[in-house]
Amino acid sequence: MKTIRIGTGAGFSGDRIEPAVDLAAKGNLDYLVFECLAERTIALAQQAKMHDPNAGFDPLLERRMRAVLPICREKGVRVISNMGAANPVAAAKHTINIARELGLSGLRVAAVQGDNVLDVLSPDAFVIDEANCTLGEFQKEVISANAYLGAGGIVDALKAGADVVLTGRAADPAMFLAPQIFEFGWQMDDWTRLGRGTLVGHLLECGGQVTGGYFADPGLKDVPDLANLGFPIAEVDEDGNAVITKLPGTGGFVNAATCKEQLLYEVHDPKRYIQPDVIADFSAVEITEVGPDRVAVSNGDGLPKTGTLKVSIGYIDSCVGEGQISYAGPGAVERGQLALDILDQRIEQIGIACDEVRGELIGVNSIFKDVAASECAPSEVRVRFVVRTRDLQTAARIGEEVESLYLNGPAGGGGVTKSTREIVAIVSGLLPEDRLVTRFEMMEA
Amino acid sequence: MQLRDIAHSRTGDKGNISNVSVIAYRPEDWPVLLEQVTAERVRDHFGSLIAGDVVRYELPQIGALNFVMYEALGGGVTRSLALDPHGKCLSSRLLTLPIEVQR
Repeated sequence: MKTIRIGTGAGFSGDRIEPAVDLAAKGNLDYLVFECLAERTIALAQQAKMHDPNAGFDPLLERRMRAVLPICREKGVRVISNMGAANPVAAAKHTINIARELGLSGLRVAAVQGDNVLDVLSPDAFVIDEANCTLGEFQKEVISANAYLGAGGIVDALKAGADVVLTGRAADPAMFLAPQIFEFGWQMDDWTRLGRGTLVGHLLECGGQVTGGYFADPGLKDVPDLANLGFPIAEVDEDGNAVITKLPGTGGFVNAATCKEQLLYEVHDPKRYIQPDVIADFSAVEITEVGPDRVAVSNGDGLPKTGTLKVSIGYIDSCVGEGQISYAGPGAVERGQLALDILDQRIEQIGIACDEVRGELIGVNSIFKDVAASECAPSEVRVRFVVRTRDLQTAARIGEEVESLYLNGPAGGGGVTKSTREIVAIVSGLLPEDRLVTRFEMMEA
Repeated sequence: MQLRDIAHSRTGDKGNISNVSVIAYRPEDWPVLLEQVTAERVRDHFGSLIAGDVVRYELPQIGALNFVMYEALGGGVTRSLALDPHGKCLSSRLLTLPIEVQR
């Protein structure tokens, strides 16, 4: 039975680069997939593109491509990534330039387009789920709208001979599903195999999270050599069953426990993992250790797709101002609490307009609030005071107020930091898939 | 005994929804999870950290439960003021749930 080997080159935009190089060189891979788009990355990239038509793709694209392209060319590994972000065409052009510089003549790079639906959405018909209103009624400055594309556009680009496929917003598992559809000739209504291929993609899409990252708990769940964590490889057969593994000599491990944790990561109803191409069913998945760092994953399934695509809307939500200051030694908690009380009084007294205020002591109640507050007195605490405002100028007042605690606050306050930021937030809705057209543009070095 | 002694856990996030898995280290502890780690107990254990409902899904063949917790992330990952907007730490809270096991 034919099998293919797919590796993960990145599980998020800032991921380590060396494990990808290692996989390209020694993984005996057919495909190396880089997942680099978080929920709001594309909205920020869209803003960058508005300022510069050649910008708006992943800032690490250059470093990643320089590191892996020569090796992938030599080994015959094809690259798939959503590093195109808001501008796949510019990303592809840039990749072509890099390929030419590196002497990789003839390298074919495809840019998949169609996810940008800002001009497609109907203000009257498109409903924003979180706000329970139509796009037209949404009282915020919308800056981007991107549909989560399925595997189709990537499959077409692979069929046309692309060595590198760059997309904008695509469903993360779809980037891994696409090479399976292409290599095994799966039909787009073969729901069981599409479901299994999605399962493979789901297990791989977060890179090191299935090989021992986001797992270690010393004394209980010890993981070797996380500083050299190896990224995952899936050996997939034509029925979509797979073995998850990693390179020998790299850090971390692949076992049933790491695969089970990743199976349910960001999953709601395991019977209905809704994707553009299929509703994957993970509810009866079997996970079996079949060798050192080798886990067989089988019995995934699928149901017919919904026919709608999730669309993420990026908008300018608000501004945030934050300040922090530390107290240590006896009475640290009491002095930290006094600082918070002073800050509460100050913003009211001088009239800083805040839509939301959050004051807490890191080390006491910043994560679990008062549900699980520390029972013993910590030897140090850090005051964190953060507010939501309408503009950055107002937000900056918060840091100033925290800083003024140096001279006007409790004894022994040290290490003030302050920051402001504009928040680009995300809401979402559903779009019938026939409202958009996916296509690709091919370029050659 | 705490849940941490018999199970491991991972948190994921989507918008304002958090999901937390609970996975038995050993198959013989699966019935304990099924009986004692109920949606209601989980809801109580998180207290004011979760504003919405908690729904439990069961995967007996791998000894795992999946809890989906609504209105759990301060209005959503992209706009929350929380120090941990993704709720990555929530699994560590759940693992402190008291458990009784007859050995």
